[in-house]
Amino acid sequence: MALLKITSPHAHGPMSTARVMQLVMLATVPGVITLSYFFGLGVISNIIFACIVALLAESLVLILRKKPLQFYLGDCSALVTAILLGIAMPPGSPWWLIMVGVGFAILIAKHIYGGMGYNPFNPAMVGYVVLLISYPLEMTHWAAPLGSFEGSTPGLIDAFSALLFGHESVDAVTMATPLDLLKQNNSLLIDDLWLQNPQFGRWAGLGWEWANLAFLAGGLFLLSQRVFTWHAPISMLISLTIMSLFFYDNGSSASGGSPLFHLLSGATMFGAFFIVTDPVTSAVSNKGRIIYGASIGVLLYLIRSWGNYPDAIAFSVLLMNFAAPLLDYYTQPRTYGHQKKARNEGDGK
Amino acid sequence: MAEANYKELSLNGLWKNNPAIVQLLGLCPLLAVTGSVINAIGMGLATTVVLVTSNTLVSMIRGIVSDAVRLPVFVMIIAAAVTCIELLMQAFTYELYQILGIFLPLITTNCVILGRADAFASKNALLPSLYDGFIMGAGFTLILVLLGALREIIGTGIIFNNMELLFGEGAKAWKIVLVDNYTSFLLAILPPGAFIFTGFIIALKNIIDKHIKDRQDALQPQAIAGSKRVRVTGTIS
Repeated sequence: MALLKITSPHAHGPMSTARVMQLVMLATVPGVITLSYFFGLGVISNIIFACIVALLAESLVLILRKKPLQFYLGDCSALVTAILLGIAMPPGSPWWLIMVGVGFAILIAKHIYGGMGYNPFNPAMVGYVVLLISYPLEMTHWAAPLGSFEGSTPGLIDAFSALLFGHESVDAVTMATPLDLLKQNNSLLIDDLWLQNPQFGRWAGLGWEWANLAFLAGGLFLLSQRVFTWHAPISMLISLTIMSLFFYDNGSSASGGSPLFHLLSGATMFGAFFIVTDPVTSAVSNKGRIIYGASIGVLLYLIRSWGNYPDAIAFSVLLMNFAAPLLDYYTQPRTYGHQKKARNEGDGK
Repeated sequence: MAEANYKELSLNGLWKNNPAIVQLLGLCPLLAVTGSVINAIGMGLATTVVLVTSNTLVSMIRGIVSDAVRLPVFVMIIAAAVTCIELLMQAFTYELYQILGIFLPLITTNCVILGRADAFASKNALLPSLYDGFIMGAGFTLILVLLGALREIIGTGIIFNNMELLFGEGAKAWKIVLVDNYTSFLLAILPPGAFIFTGFIIALKNIIDKHIKDRQDALQPQAIAGSKRVRVTGTIS
């Protein structure tokens, strides 16, 4: 009888990569539904086309690298990248925009570095930043939310014609997002700004507040399924709250917006629960994750308020991805049974 | 010095020891001004002329200058050559001179030039030095133009744009629009694009090298030479 020699620990992790990825996909559903209710079905066409491109790109690389197709496609990681990027892009993006973004994310950000588990940067966010830098016009082409204009949001046919033929064929109504408006504002008090622009909605932007709440719900579901720990997302949200509280001077024209506004507008919740929690590119230890998340929150507020871009999840996450190995190095937990070395004991006399 | 082998020199400059993708010298102009073919040609030609001039002059004075002061002397020679080129371009190709801007005077600090002066010209006769400068410059220009073409095509969908800046009015017709209504891909024109494409060119060279080596290995069956030793603790000279 052949006995396998296995060393401890003998604990068995019930979560496979594929299972985790499927849960993440499931958790995006409420957010996607909310987004398509407010901004039209362009979100759906984005996601579908992004998934097709991602699967093709992934298969191409796997064939080139002579890896088993079924095993690597089956872990769904390419699909998750595609879905996250599809959500992040403006609804109803043309096909070439999605192709460049997803292609870059899978081919260069993921596979050049060695594929799943080896990529130092979050592929979806690399794809997003490449697009934002290369095509600023197309990437800031946000549809107006339902309720801010007469008529209905684009339906399925509109969405697919936008996908295939670009924006010229659709009478799409576009509008500056609340974060854009806040960024360009330099004379109005915050209260006046909100009164004059319908897209601010109740707390943080029409449509945006509900989309953020939906992503929050999806994130809490993932948290309850123990797909990730609370450390990174919660510390990110707390640091963002503290930053915005600190610079919110009761709504003068120079103020950066209230904490509620920052928590519920733009990509805050989406970023906190779906991007920051990426197990490959974030810090690994719990202490490291707290520092990682908190720094993303601070960077997010800094770039939103004083940077050149209205929203900054992608930039902050990529910047902290750089720092994740360093954070891991300095926050290594103590091994069980060992004592922490005193600081000046060091390595030598 | 030994008899100069011109074939060996050519192979070194263009492929085996290419300054841009093997020695990775002169990365600053390589990344900064290769946004289009015309910029790349302008920068490549200027660098080549400086290389030839400095190699020739350094080779001529190699017996006179003492080792202790050689580097300052070389830099002076290179700076003089660069100033000449800069003035010439200002006179004859003013627009290109403006596009290349600060990177023209910065040729002085290009490591390829000082490297060749110190490693080759200061130890070799006049003609081999001149030829080495020329072929190293050609290798550098080749990569610059390749990178410029890639970035111009992917970045703007056009190739050979603005060639009249260097080749006269007739060159305006060389412009080829590859894709109509191309939305320009800014990343390729910005510095990150230069890094990415340089990486791809280096990877391509490594693949070709590996392929050539594999074929040579397949042709020559591995001969087991000499007696075998069980343990090797160091090299025997």
